[in-house]
Amino acid sequence: MSEKKKLDLNRVSMPKQEPLVRKKNFSEVALGYTEEQALREASRCIQCKKSSCIDGCPVDIDIPGFIRAISEGNMPEAVRVLKDKNSLPGICGRVCPQETQCEMTCALAKKGAPIAIGRLERYVADWERYHPEIIGQQKNCARFNGKRVAVVGSGPAGLTCAAELAKLGYGVTIFEALHVAGGVLMYGIPEFRLPKDIVQAEANYVRSLSEEIKFDQVIGKIATVDDLLGNGFDAVFLAPGAGAPMFLNIPGENLSGIYSANEFLTRTNLMKAYAFPEYDTPIKVGKEVVVFGGGNVAMDASRCALRLGAGKVYIIYRRSRVEMPARAEERDNAEEEGIVFKLLTNPKRFIGDEQGRVKAVELYEMELGEPDESGRRRPIPKPNTEFIMEIDTAIVALGTRPNPIIPSTTKGLELTRWGTIITDDATGRTSKEGVWCGGDMATGAATVISAMGAGKRAAVDIDAYLQGKS
Amino acid sequence: MYRILDREDLTSEIHLLKIEAPGVARKAQAGQFIIVRIDEKGERIPLTIADWDGKEGSVTIVFMEVGTSTRKLAVLNTGDSIVDFVGPLGRPTEIEQFGTVVCVAGGFAIATIVPIARAMRKAGNRVVSIMGFRTKDLVFWEERLGSVSDELIVTTDDGSYKRKGLVTEPLKELLQETRIGRVIAIGPTVMMKFCSLTTKPFGVKTIVSLNPIMVDGTGMCGCCRVSIGGETKFACVDGPDFDGHEVDWDLLMKRQRTYLDEEKESLELWKKKMAGAIVNE
Repeated sequence: MSEKKKLDLNRVSMPKQEPLVRKKNFSEVALGYTEEQALREASRCIQCKKSSCIDGCPVDIDIPGFIRAISEGNMPEAVRVLKDKNSLPGICGRVCPQETQCEMTCALAKKGAPIAIGRLERYVADWERYHPEIIGQQKNCARFNGKRVAVVGSGPAGLTCAAELAKLGYGVTIFEALHVAGGVLMYGIPEFRLPKDIVQAEANYVRSLSEEIKFDQVIGKIATVDDLLGNGFDAVFLAPGAGAPMFLNIPGENLSGIYSANEFLTRTNLMKAYAFPEYDTPIKVGKEVVVFGGGNVAMDASRCALRLGAGKVYIIYRRSRVEMPARAEERDNAEEEGIVFKLLTNPKRFIGDEQGRVKAVELYEMELGEPDESGRRRPIPKPNTEFIMEIDTAIVALGTRPNPIIPSTTKGLELTRWGTIITDDATGRTSKEGVWCGGDMATGAATVISAMGAGKRAAVDIDAYLQGKS
Repeated sequence: MYRILDREDLTSEIHLLKIEAPGVARKAQAGQFIIVRIDEKGERIPLTIADWDGKEGSVTIVFMEVGTSTRKLAVLNTGDSIVDFVGPLGRPTEIEQFGTVVCVAGGFAIATIVPIARAMRKAGNRVVSIMGFRTKDLVFWEERLGSVSDELIVTTDDGSYKRKGLVTEPLKELLQETRIGRVIAIGPTVMMKFCSLTTKPFGVKTIVSLNPIMVDGTGMCGCCRVSIGGETKFACVDGPDFDGHEVDWDLLMKRQRTYLDEEKESLELWKKKMAGAIVNE
């Protein structure tokens, strides 16, 4: 690579469906690079020696390596390099916050034009799916080493841990509570951001490496963690996900028409309520919808509501735009589609009709004070600013607290005061011998890629532990 | 897939299915429920467990035809399969020695109360059961509930069989005549509400099994939230059993009616499909 080559600072943008079109369908918003666009973007990479982009990747992908393969036109090699470290590239290429990870540490970020690593990752993953005849399902698994591991949950943490352990020769069984694999990738993230056939394709790849995925298995109920350890599993990795939705704790919150984001998204994405009555699960949206929260889940819920036929959708957030935890890209997509942001606003109570359906919400204004423990400026109520807004549906997207089923049925698991399982960050070890944990159950709600990183670290440590034992 | 091992029509609208589900059968306890999804387009609905056999690996459910899902279930036969059967979910009913326990059940919930009555009796309680029906044609499992009770009272609303009236009447008499340690009331929401109102003046703890709408059934969605003593609880993980004196009954009934219009629409479509199927044959 010539160090003297002139820097190309023209990031290749990715085509998207037009806002007026896409707000009426559930098809993917971002359309992906063409071959020509991918080559052009890949050729911008200066292949710098430091490879600082890798420092920003929680799963240590050889980023310059797979980009070089693209620019050389060697797609099978690009797939191989990518999948060596990441079993779920089609998912990560779509939902990772690259702007705060690899693209932030990219050498070209200082010039304001980091390589679009996420878009290239997606391009490689999609290429593989369209060319199964070239790659096949290559399984670089070691021979079965006689040890078996139970993975609880088939979301990003579980699938990653399972794939890593299977490659090392462990017999892995995944226990999934729902009826499909993918966890939050299936029930939470909508089709228009992460198509479900991509999740299934990548979950199937992991399944092809492992012994099996067992569905309808609520661990803690059908079998306890101790049952698993006593019935042929040498280790257990817990990745049951975020669990219980948080609510606002204000009067009227249990009126009909008020959903947690988890319920609203599960009905829509997992149960396909958008195709009711062809599918049996109903959903009620109405004309005026409010969504409480400022994160990615709030963006997802509001954009689903729009696609389900809502006339007007408002995001109500108590802080200002800069404090919003949602990715800038998702926030912009939502605004382009016509979602209205009501910032520095907070709800006081819900008002219902005689049938017990929500018909209005009382809101009040906020202003920002000094920074709080999260480093963000604390919102403070402004007195005498209350007003009433008529609504048909409200969706609460305030995050989740841990699901109690596994902690309450497993002896010897120490918990934090928030109910998450105490877990060593570097290894995923819990206080219970033979049990590891990762993903939202260990950290509280976080990103897909951080859960994958935790799955990977736990796999390394489970391997070290089980090899040490034998 | 979960195979149907046996099927029985208990009345024209109430059916029993015995499902092959060894994992659930191994762990089931009285008062717990399962979530079923009948086919790939089906919704997830909760049904209480009526019986189980760990050796055979089977779980028995009893349900009444109400909406599309229960009608879809009702047309299945021995040898057919359903796609999902998740459980055992929820907390089991608290079984202890309370002295005399009154088990009150209405309609298809007779099936749910049988294992509870059996467990209560096994724990050393004297069990008095009251079963109520609209009319004589709907009576089922009289002998079965009788066999796990020390005393059995049967009522029908219209007096067409045994005692005429509602279950709350013999319940009140029992409370006046004897010292009751605990009441368990399971059935339609309005029945459980009135049983709780009947027992409240006597200060006898009354456990009810709530049946709000659910989706995942594992505490993830919050659809099944109920208000208990002013506090929001999730029936799927905190229940389904709650203290009937603490339940906000009106809220529960209103939330149960959330999708009435959609349920009607779905049912019309199902009926059309079924009519079409018959014509096509």
